[in-house]
Amino acid sequence: MAGEKAAGEKKPGEKAASKKKTLEKKPAEQKEVGEKKKKIKKHHASRNPVLARGIGRYSRSAMYARKALYKRKYTAPETKIEKKKKEKPRATITKPVGGDKNGGSRVVKIRKMPRYYPTEDVPRKLLSHGKKPFCQHKRRLRASITPGTVLILLTGRHRGKRVVFLKQLATGLLLVTGPLVINRVPLRRAHQKFVIATSTKVDISGVKIPKHLTDAYFKKKRLRKPKHQEGEIFDTEKEKYEITEQRKSDQKKVDSQILARIKKVPQLRGYLRSTFCLSNGVYPHKLVF
Amino acid sequence: VFKRFVEIGRVAFISFGPHAGKLVAIVDVIDQNRALVDGPCSGVRRQAMPFKCMQLTDFVLKFPHSARQKCVRLAWEKENINEKWAATRWAKKIEAREKKAKMTDFDRYKVMKAKKMRNRIIKHEMKKLQKMSSKKGKKPEKSEKAQKSEKVQKAPKAQK
Repeated sequence: MAGEKAAGEKKPGEKAASKKKTLEKKPAEQKEVGEKKKKIKKHHASRNPVLARGIGRYSRSAMYARKALYKRKYTAPETKIEKKKKEKPRATITKPVGGDKNGGSRVVKIRKMPRYYPTEDVPRKLLSHGKKPFCQHKRRLRASITPGTVLILLTGRHRGKRVVFLKQLATGLLLVTGPLVINRVPLRRAHQKFVIATSTKVDISGVKIPKHLTDAYFKKKRLRKPKHQEGEIFDTEKEKYEITEQRKSDQKKVDSQILARIKKVPQLRGYLRSTFCLSNGVYPHKLVF
Repeated sequence: VFKRFVEIGRVAFISFGPHAGKLVAIVDVIDQNRALVDGPCSGVRRQAMPFKCMQLTDFVLKFPHSARQKCVRLAWEKENINEKWAATRWAKKIEAREKKAKMTDFDRYKVMKAKKMRNRIIKHEMKKLQKMSSKKGKKPEKSEKAQKSEKVQKAPKAQK
């Protein structure tokens, strides 16, 4: 390998010198300078003579010795990340002594030894491939559902209502709003599978949806603090859902923007107020939504 | 009994098959079941076609049997068959059917509202007429009101 490189380098040098007579001085000078530098680092020809194609005379270990690699050990320069990693985290902290023996300070370990060692080792889990937790799943969205699409809800207390789609949340559920004044559907989550996407779209290009509307905001809250009084648990849990002021303000913020755009399209308000239903002779597989 | 006959130059509408929905002219008859057919202005190549898939229209072109495509095209364009066809009720019905099938949910809502409004107007006029007839019972007044109500009916239809 090194031998080939050296041969290659020498050839263009020779050619340049023989062909370009006018530029003879420059390549000659360069060659001298290069040679001086190269004399310090002149590449040796291959130290492994070839017996047949692909087969060398010496083994790997013999070549290691012949090339004196035991002397030549290089490391890459230390990167910033490695330097940062070398900084050891603080192992102990000094805290003031409180209580009876007030005053003075004591040294406390930050990372303490475990207070429990199991008698049996935990069995090693078998390797599994490609099984991701829910938070890492790929979220898909049907091509027919884009921000501003009018959707028909099929399940839940608002079934049959036509509703405006805002965006898809992190868990894959769709954030949807009535708007509230039109059909009493608040900012709500809907499942993609239980929704019909119509081809009617409202232009929602400039609408700003507050960033704090996430799944955690919409998640149902449940109190669970059983303090060994099982008879009273059912009373403490929230039975009635109360609309918080934050929800009302968020609803107003979003709806005011959307209502303006709905008013521009004729008859759209009435359309959103109506509910979807099937009647005689209407077959969903034949309908174009 | 029969008004439309298979003849050279008869324009036919293809009802099923790969060329469904197109118009062709009968150029020649091959045998009892097939005809040589050509539709230069409707994108149908000159070919044999069974009579079963053809439905005869009212239009007849004038060209000799086995005339080449150029002649058929000339005759077709002279008679302006494409425009005449689009003006027939047959073609309009087909178009209406297609439009209805393509209606989106929003369109269906708009149609429902329009129909509702129209029916209200009609009912209103009818009730007026009934009132008139029950109160006075005079024939000449009835016919005047009947003419008025017809005009009102045609107006909302045109709007839709």
